[in-house]
Amino acid sequence: MKPKFEPNADYQPKDFSFKSQKKVKDILANYPSNQARSGIMPLLDLAQRQEGWISRVAMDCIAEAVGQPPIKVYEVATFYTMYNLAPVGKYLVQLCTTTPCWLCGSAAIIEAVETHLEIKVGESTKDGLFTLLEVECLGACVNAPMVQINDNYYEDLTAESIVSILTALAAGKKPSIGSQTKRVGSMALSGPTSLEKQAKKAGVGS
Amino acid sequence: MLQDKDRIYTNLYGFERFSLPEAKTRGDWERTGALVKKGKDWIISEMKASGLRGRGGAGFPTGLKWSFMPDPEKTQKPHYLVINADESEPGTCKDRDILRHEPHKLLEGALIAGFAMGAHAAYIYIRGEFYNEGSAVVKAIKEAYEAGLLGKNAAKSGWDFDVYLHRGAGAYICGEETALLESLEGKKGQPRNKPPFPAMAGLYSCPTTVNNVETIASVPTILRRGGAWFASLGSDEKNTGTKLFCISGHVENPCNVEEEMGIPLRDLIEKHAGGVRGGWDNLLAIIPGGSSTPLLPKDTCATIRMDFDSLREVGSGLGTGGVIVMDKSTDIVYAIARLSYFYMHESCGQCTPCREGTGWLWRIMQRMVTGNATIDEIDMLYDLTKEIEGQTICAHGDASAWPIQGLIRHFRPEMEARILVYRKQAKAA
Repeated sequence: MKPKFEPNADYQPKDFSFKSQKKVKDILANYPSNQARSGIMPLLDLAQRQEGWISRVAMDCIAEAVGQPPIKVYEVATFYTMYNLAPVGKYLVQLCTTTPCWLCGSAAIIEAVETHLEIKVGESTKDGLFTLLEVECLGACVNAPMVQINDNYYEDLTAESIVSILTALAAGKKPSIGSQTKRVGSMALSGPTSLEKQAKKAGVGS
Repeated sequence: MLQDKDRIYTNLYGFERFSLPEAKTRGDWERTGALVKKGKDWIISEMKASGLRGRGGAGFPTGLKWSFMPDPEKTQKPHYLVINADESEPGTCKDRDILRHEPHKLLEGALIAGFAMGAHAAYIYIRGEFYNEGSAVVKAIKEAYEAGLLGKNAAKSGWDFDVYLHRGAGAYICGEETALLESLEGKKGQPRNKPPFPAMAGLYSCPTTVNNVETIASVPTILRRGGAWFASLGSDEKNTGTKLFCISGHVENPCNVEEEMGIPLRDLIEKHAGGVRGGWDNLLAIIPGGSSTPLLPKDTCATIRMDFDSLREVGSGLGTGGVIVMDKSTDIVYAIARLSYFYMHESCGQCTPCREGTGWLWRIMQRMVTGNATIDEIDMLYDLTKEIEGQTICAHGDASAWPIQGLIRHFRPEMEARILVYRKQAKAA
């Protein structure tokens, strides 16, 4: 479903360098000096945050930074699903459809997104703004159905609220993250059944 | 019902901020140095007395696990504590609340646990999707260093201790402890053969203990209040304390809640989650402990207690405490088939029975959803799960087999009925 790693594709750039060498250094400082290989994953993440995706030259650059042959970076980059090995839209819309979200209506959310953006799962909008993916459990099951868009979770979705989130993002706004209802965190929507004193102090519930 | 005074996670929902001053008013970092100074033997014996069993799913006694770590004097190698924050088991979202709302409990627990196992460093391996949760932990780590609670002579304990955060990148398998270690070393997350166990050769071939977030974050409160306090809660001496439960699916009010170990499942759902949607009689089945635990039919749900041993007795498990409730509107065969897809998608591909078998399971389960199968294929499907279970390096193969075994055990008539209907329709056409 995700685009494959195509090292010789036309869109692969010729050069890459990290904008901040300090960040590279800081990352490698988290691991013993003879274990720089541990830096591969955080450096892939750093490259992706810089460019929006990870090119082959970026991987080669990382291989050099950690003193490993490029294949050691390629095999990590292709193993994990969060690394985008081809360009994606400005907003990566990752809808969870695993059983807990499915039970709570994720199919209707997918349908609403596909209709609104006029794309299917696995596709990007023509303006390059959105890429839509179906993903496995994102670990927010009591706030199902939910979606991850870039770094943020949007939870307790309805067909209406997901469309208004996408509309706001397209307009350059920042819709509020987390639950799209009045609930705080993972408490029960009708009000917390424990920690009522703390809730009252925080002005939550009635 | 558990009372607030016995709750460990008083900021579970994030009513207050996670940061250090607020965490301290909740009791975090109180007398930490003094607790450490009581010594390794005292800490481990209190943990054993508390009866705490690992909260990541397997339920191994925590104190015992720590005691497996060798003597640092003898090994002459660094020791590591690795905290498993790769929460990805469908139905489970409890560690997320600790990471974003109670990170200081985790850091304090890391210091104490690290000291008890002779480790001067801990790595928190967090799933990559938890970006904001990871940022909360990073901020808490920074606060703790600035306040002298981590680093040299951490919390005036006389013990030097560093904590690092390592972000995963979307692989369920990295929740398996040796796959997690591989990933932390910058490799593909593929589980290792055991032995050697991590306590002998873990991270960078050094003695390592991997513990779940909830396990470690519970440690400071247990030690401050005493192992006996924790052991006084729960169903019996092997199922003690409090536990975070996640109640998702067809309930009126899905939520996370900290409850007493061994709370009856029906109480858990009715007192905290507003009951089954449409009333208890509308219940079809419940997956009690995250996706890999076999489902329970309604009759069992009415009386079962939520603890390790009670659930094992009925052929399921407490797992992570992720309770997935399904009412009578549920297509139960699809609900389990969707999990088969999950396990196929997340197989690391290392062992053939899992790599190939999870795909077979998914393809057969798709036909079971529509009924496009024969009755004896149900038996074949069951046999197939038995060919995968126990035949792989890690428990991923087992986890792909168990949900289907549970389905066949409790819903075989439903599966057969679909096949008969499908055949009838095919004949008519």
